[in-house]
Amino acid sequence: MRYLPLTADDRAEMLNTIGAKSVDDFYADVPESARLRGTVEGLPDHQGELAVERHMSKLAAKNRAASSGPFFVGAGAYKHHVPATVDMIIQRSEFLTTYTPYQPEIAQGTLQTLFEFQTQVAALTAMDVANASMYDGSTACAEAAVMATRATRRKKVILSGGLHPHYAAATKLLCEAQGIEVVQLEHAIDGELALADAVDDQTACVIGQSPNTFGTVSDLSPVAEAAHGKGALLVSVFTEAVSLGLVTPPGEMGADIAVGEGQSIGNGLNFGGPYVGLFACTQKLVRQMPGRLCGETTDAEGKRGFVLTLSTREQHIRRDKATSNICTNSGLCALAFTAHMTLLGGKGLEQMAVLNHEAACDLADALAAVPGVEILTPRFFNEFAFRTPMNAEAVLAMLDEAGIVGGVRASRLFPGDHMGDVILCAATECTTPEDIAAYAAALKEII
Amino acid sequence: MSMNTQGRPTSPESVSMSSIETVSGSRGLLQHEDLLFEIGTPETTGVDLPAPKGTKNRLGGVTRKVPTGLPGLSEPQAVRHYMRLSQKNYAIDLGLFPLGSCTMKHNPRLNEKMARLPGFGDIHPLQPQATVQGALELIDELATWLKTLTNMPAVAMSPKAGAHGEFCGMMAIRQALIARGEVETRKRVLVPESAHGTNPATAVQCGFIVDEIKANKRGRVDMADLKAKLEKSDDIAGIMLTNPNTCGLFETDIKEIADLIHAAGGYFYCDGANFNAIVGRVRPGDLGVDAMHINLHKTFSTPHGGGGPGSGPTVLSEALAPYAPVPFVVKDADGMYRLVEDIEGVASESFGRMVAFHGQMGMFVRALTYILSHGADGLKQASEDAVLNANYIQARLKKVMTAPFEGYCMHEALFSDAFTAEGIETIDIAKALIDEGYHPMTMYFPLVVHGAMLIEPTESESKAELDRFCDALESIARRAAQGDEALKGAPYLAPMRRLDETKAARKPVLKWAEPEEAPPVAAE
Repeated sequence: MRYLPLTADDRAEMLNTIGAKSVDDFYADVPESARLRGTVEGLPDHQGELAVERHMSKLAAKNRAASSGPFFVGAGAYKHHVPATVDMIIQRSEFLTTYTPYQPEIAQGTLQTLFEFQTQVAALTAMDVANASMYDGSTACAEAAVMATRATRRKKVILSGGLHPHYAAATKLLCEAQGIEVVQLEHAIDGELALADAVDDQTACVIGQSPNTFGTVSDLSPVAEAAHGKGALLVSVFTEAVSLGLVTPPGEMGADIAVGEGQSIGNGLNFGGPYVGLFACTQKLVRQMPGRLCGETTDAEGKRGFVLTLSTREQHIRRDKATSNICTNSGLCALAFTAHMTLLGGKGLEQMAVLNHEAACDLADALAAVPGVEILTPRFFNEFAFRTPMNAEAVLAMLDEAGIVGGVRASRLFPGDHMGDVILCAATECTTPEDIAAYAAALKEII
Repeated sequence: MSMNTQGRPTSPESVSMSSIETVSGSRGLLQHEDLLFEIGTPETTGVDLPAPKGTKNRLGGVTRKVPTGLPGLSEPQAVRHYMRLSQKNYAIDLGLFPLGSCTMKHNPRLNEKMARLPGFGDIHPLQPQATVQGALELIDELATWLKTLTNMPAVAMSPKAGAHGEFCGMMAIRQALIARGEVETRKRVLVPESAHGTNPATAVQCGFIVDEIKANKRGRVDMADLKAKLEKSDDIAGIMLTNPNTCGLFETDIKEIADLIHAAGGYFYCDGANFNAIVGRVRPGDLGVDAMHINLHKTFSTPHGGGGPGSGPTVLSEALAPYAPVPFVVKDADGMYRLVEDIEGVASESFGRMVAFHGQMGMFVRALTYILSHGADGLKQASEDAVLNANYIQARLKKVMTAPFEGYCMHEALFSDAFTAEGIETIDIAKALIDEGYHPMTMYFPLVVHGAMLIEPTESESKAELDRFCDALESIARRAAQGDEALKGAPYLAPMRRLDETKAARKPVLKWAEPEEAPPVAAE
């Protein structure tokens, strides 16, 4: 076994030192009826690298990689180019094979990058403070809702009609378990501002998304104003972090909590995970936050250093009174995020955002020119919804035969909302003019 | 002085190294590195992007007003920034990382290579299912291993980490209580006082009330206290119990505990953080467990990454399986794999969706690669070696340190601070280990042991490495017993001296800010 250093002699010598006859002695507390003899039945024995690699490669070959052809799927995860340097950095052993920086004297690498990550996320979202990451955007959204109920001592949360349905589901689950009422507004392509009318003086927070699941960008300022007028908070959600380079960020709209998915910066698609949840808020709310926070301090010689801080909010100190049960978060994905962001710089991100927007504009123009196609999203960043004269699932299947992954059918995300003829699609800096032309041509053939 | 023919000295002379300060702040190979914000500019970039065409934007005025102002670095600057920072980190790849309860084992590089195959790393969670059959098959294959190793009929794959798996299991219990019409009456969850903090936090997050049970003198659940807590049983939702427990011991009465909880009408949640001790030796399903999360980042070696990502698939018993969260993978009669995403049909009793998409695919690939590499025989051997290593450490150190409980341990050795002289604490021993080149053990946990030191070596260590570690810790322990005041200042040889956590919390500085200009000094 290539991963096990002990030799048979070592084992014998160690048992001797311990004074045990065999390892069976250590398992003497296991109830007799639950002790296994031999190995677990029905499972194969160990294999060499080559054999394992063959098996895994065979499985991988059954999947169509996004970069293998024209690819237009978005709706919460996005195909972006990640610089080679980012992957090199996150594969450094010192980052990859360490854990939560419980011993700051030998974890300044992780801690300083987290401090830089928090600063970047706060700047991108235009919020006062950010934490050291959550599992992903959807769980960050759920935690934001619960945090708002703690901060306001109210028990009602209102979700916009454009909030990603998976985010809505994760939020409902966490809230309902704690007796928090969740009101879901009607699904609508351009409905974020309806939150302003829905908020009342029982509301802890309203949750709006821009760009929303249909791609619509909205200035949520009127929602923030209405919410604050009723003593409620605005939670502002995004699933496409690159949009922050161009689109009005949560802090400029008066958001109290900003949450979103950071996958777009530094992280691959990975079939949905691991991703990195971004979580930021106003200074006033910092002690209500979930998750790890990294803060500046000094060491015994007065040198600047960083530590995990405000841990009295957390489960390992507060136990049943903690702000959240989160422990392990998404450290390495946060490192990928901050490394990519560092390579881009503020100007670079802005440029990348513009390129995304331009690609989406070109895609919209090309598809709109196909007879029967109707673009439904009024204002968009890099994704939008369109209607076809046919069933969307059938259209996507035919596009697939033409080697094009054309998007997500809206009915997959919004079953029961009569959106059977709607497709959600996205373009990024990876989308080429040839991809767009191929999409439009194939669509014209199909419908 | 010896010199070569050019007159260059060729052997060192002895000069005292005490308190050498450098101008650069670097110390030899250990390079000083400022914050990104102190070295970069917003104009600098390490990414060459094509120039935009200048299309008129269609954002309807919803545009960012104030630029982020974030600095960038060119590629060589960025590489150095992160390389220099990386060298201030301890890591498993450098040495023994005996953080109890965290299972810091070797992370095979094959796992990383497999996770980066485009067929796994570059597929979208919402692309048509016909184009991701291999990914769904992989999830199903890993699920089969997890179910078989635990002898449990179902597994929820979507939880993102251990605590998220706890949430999954407790929500399944909650849903089962809803189905029984008892969710309003059965609110009480028993949790040992030695439990991980996530357990009580999770129970409360799911709307339950925590009732603590005591440990006995052997570090196990106090059965008398448990029975007393169960005398009134109509409000019992269940128990959350770690096994092997946080003292590194197998719960001797585990089957009786399961039977008592079931007889009381409750469910048994097992925290699987310590599964690495028993894989291939014991199947939790044979112990009466109803739900248990498996930390793929512990037992199955997916890298800890400086604090995640983790992954916490949660196995479920027959009683809880119907309430598993969506999505899950099924195999249809035609051999096609399919994701069940909506709460209908086979998922009509599901408690809901915990997270966007389908779980930590990147971690699934790594975990399955690890599992296939080990096989049933290797996984069992790994657990046995992990337990043997821990017992070896316990045997070697119990002469100089205090083992609070008698008998063998499982995969982690626990000590209390009873052996230390007045004024020397667990933290001093931990920090002194840093100077010896080791990551400290888990400190002050579990709470049931005073000044706890929890040492988990894992199976990845050779006997020689264990001996070096034991020599170092033994020497520190002797100094602690003698009251060596020098321990209070440790570490001396790490990149930083002891950091002031109180100061950090008193006035939190959580992000970098432009230093304020110094006030002008009035001319005299």
